[in-house]
Amino acid sequence: MKHLFFGGIHPKYQKEMSTAVTEFIRLDPDILVIPMVQHIGAPCTPLVQVGDRVLWGQKIGDGEGLCVPVHASASGKVIAVEPRPHIRGTDILSVVIENDHQYTPVKITPPDASDEDAVLAAIREAGIVGMGGAAFPGNVKALSALGKVDTLIANACECEPYITADDSLLRSDPRQVLEGMSVLMKILKPREGVLAVEDNKQEAIRGLEKLLPEYPGIRLAVLPTRYPQGAEKQLIQSVTGRQVAPGQLPVSTGCAVFNVSTFAAIYRAVRLGLPLTRRLVTVSGEAIAKPQNFIVPLGTSFHDLIQVAGGLHDRTERVISGGPMMGVAQKDLSVPVIKATNCVLCLLKDENGAAENPVCLRCGKCCGVCPMHLQPLYMYRFTNAGKVSELDRLHIMDCMECGCCAFTCPGKLPLVEVFRKGKQLWKEAQPK
Amino acid sequence: MKLTVASSPHIRGNFRTSRIMLDVVLALMPALLVGIVMQGWRAAVITLLCMSTAVVTEWAYGLVTRSRNTTKDCSCLVTGLLLAMTLPVSVPYWLAVLGSVFAILVVKCLCGGLGQNVFNPALAARALMLLIYPVGMTRYVQSGVDAVSSATPLHHMVMPTLPEESLWDMLLGNCPGSIGEISALALILGGVYLVIRRVISPRIPLSYLGTVAVLTLVFSKTGNPIQWMLYSLLSGGVMLGAIFMATDYATSPATPKGQLIYGVGCGALTVVFRYFGLFPEGVTYAILLMNGLVWFIDRHTPLRRFGTKKGGVRA
Repeated sequence: MKHLFFGGIHPKYQKEMSTAVTEFIRLDPDILVIPMVQHIGAPCTPLVQVGDRVLWGQKIGDGEGLCVPVHASASGKVIAVEPRPHIRGTDILSVVIENDHQYTPVKITPPDASDEDAVLAAIREAGIVGMGGAAFPGNVKALSALGKVDTLIANACECEPYITADDSLLRSDPRQVLEGMSVLMKILKPREGVLAVEDNKQEAIRGLEKLLPEYPGIRLAVLPTRYPQGAEKQLIQSVTGRQVAPGQLPVSTGCAVFNVSTFAAIYRAVRLGLPLTRRLVTVSGEAIAKPQNFIVPLGTSFHDLIQVAGGLHDRTERVISGGPMMGVAQKDLSVPVIKATNCVLCLLKDENGAAENPVCLRCGKCCGVCPMHLQPLYMYRFTNAGKVSELDRLHIMDCMECGCCAFTCPGKLPLVEVFRKGKQLWKEAQPK
Repeated sequence: MKLTVASSPHIRGNFRTSRIMLDVVLALMPALLVGIVMQGWRAAVITLLCMSTAVVTEWAYGLVTRSRNTTKDCSCLVTGLLLAMTLPVSVPYWLAVLGSVFAILVVKCLCGGLGQNVFNPALAARALMLLIYPVGMTRYVQSGVDAVSSATPLHHMVMPTLPEESLWDMLLGNCPGSIGEISALALILGGVYLVIRRVISPRIPLSYLGTVAVLTLVFSKTGNPIQWMLYSLLSGGVMLGAIFMATDYATSPATPKGQLIYGVGCGALTVVFRYFGLFPEGVTYAILLMNGLVWFIDRHTPLRRFGTKKGGVRA
């Protein structure tokens, strides 16, 4: 590979745990909790009231500014509109729907996708956000890339261990992804489309290679398996050799990156007029009885999902929304699956986990694995000492919290946790 | 069920401080074995004495200061062992004990403990011992059954003449010298093990040895520069220093570029001290001097900021 990014790690991938079962179970929960915040930006305002009957795919929340609508992921009755626990750790206003299990759809008409504006409007109306975890509104990202990109990248690296949702999508329905890329290529007019995948997804790669001749302009980039290959900046570097400058958006390099699940959702939105109401979710980890991928209506609780996957081990230590490297540990399993939830990870106690008394050896391994070229050991030391000027010199704000340093640290320092504190210190010290 | 809510990452690698330390101990075993075989049982006694004194000192420090018992991380074992490696087998027992106590108590614990010390504890202790009892620290015995005191290869090279031993002898350890330094081959074996186990990066040893090689080749003191270079690399404590002392985590740079600069600095100072110094050997003082520059080196050798070119322009 020409443009390897610096650093990175090779954790145990554990992907085969959830790929053994290839039939996806479609969940059909009785209750759906649909939060008004499922994206980065302004929250939605509910458009329905308690007692209303809603149809599958009906818009139930929308807002102004940086905001995309949310839709009912089943037909049924609204039984509550109130704050409910959210994966972000706080209660967030949600519409609670009692599922009638009929899935009576709202009237759907494929949108007119004749020009840029129509395509962007269709993407917005379908409520599409970045489904790889960032949850940035899809139409806004596409709009910002208009006329500025020469490379459109579909991110199928899925470099976090355990997660196989994107891999499963590529193996079961690769055409949706390629069609979604075609939709955006028509309006963004890049020189080429690149579907980037790590070399540990051989079955998906074989399937894509068969289809690609039908899609001129799109090529496959098979990248070495190395975390964090799928991080936006590292992926752009791996594919094009370009680095995103500090403080700049990825589009400044002439690249736009969307997750493959997002492309599939764009295809369904623009070609079929279907809103985003469900997604593939990996349920995996040593603490779950039957790890596999599920087709999950948005709003399904983690609890329901875990029950269908055979339930938790008695000694489960953590349930995580997302992957083991960057996911968020949950305390309340009533939280719902939202648009960016790619994985519910259930882990036992990690025998390599945190030490009672973390001590920095100064071994420097952290400097050797940081894909952002930082010096984690000094960032740790100066955060603890409260020296903001040093944190600024060390570019602490470049840290993306990928966790490579903490994973590698033999002294088991709580590096990422401390860097969040350090960033807060840095922000507080900036002139208002 | 009580779920733990903690910061990401939720999984960690199987690297652990104690594992690293025990790997270093293991990597020194070939060199120690050669020392014991060539210099007799006293080498083993000195080594055990240094290691046990180091452990007891660290344990007692924790007890007296009512702080945590830190002996479990095994780093004091490494310090004791490394110190013993640098000592002549005839060193008085009391001096070995004193050196170990000084290394752990003053150089390590009082400077803040593991990872906080500025100077390599084993080398700082050796420097002190050389100062307070030079006679006991510079009397070397000839290898073999009928051990008698004799000049080391380095003593010859000060003259400057080539040592009596063949290069082959020096590779295997059939020459006088400190317990752990005599066999270059055993030390290299340990170094390769540490690199394979990813305990150390080869940056420091290679830049250190490379610098010594280049300088002694260019500034050869005998008619055959290559021979002079090889003798320079195999004699004295260069191998032990480059592979095991200069790579000590706490007292070497953490940045990749810094490690190269540090290795070159250690190598250059070693040759300078050997050529112009008071003692035949310069490794100890070369590394100690470079120890003092580690923070400075780290500070000025960050990797280029992601997304910038030299001068801060976007790549």
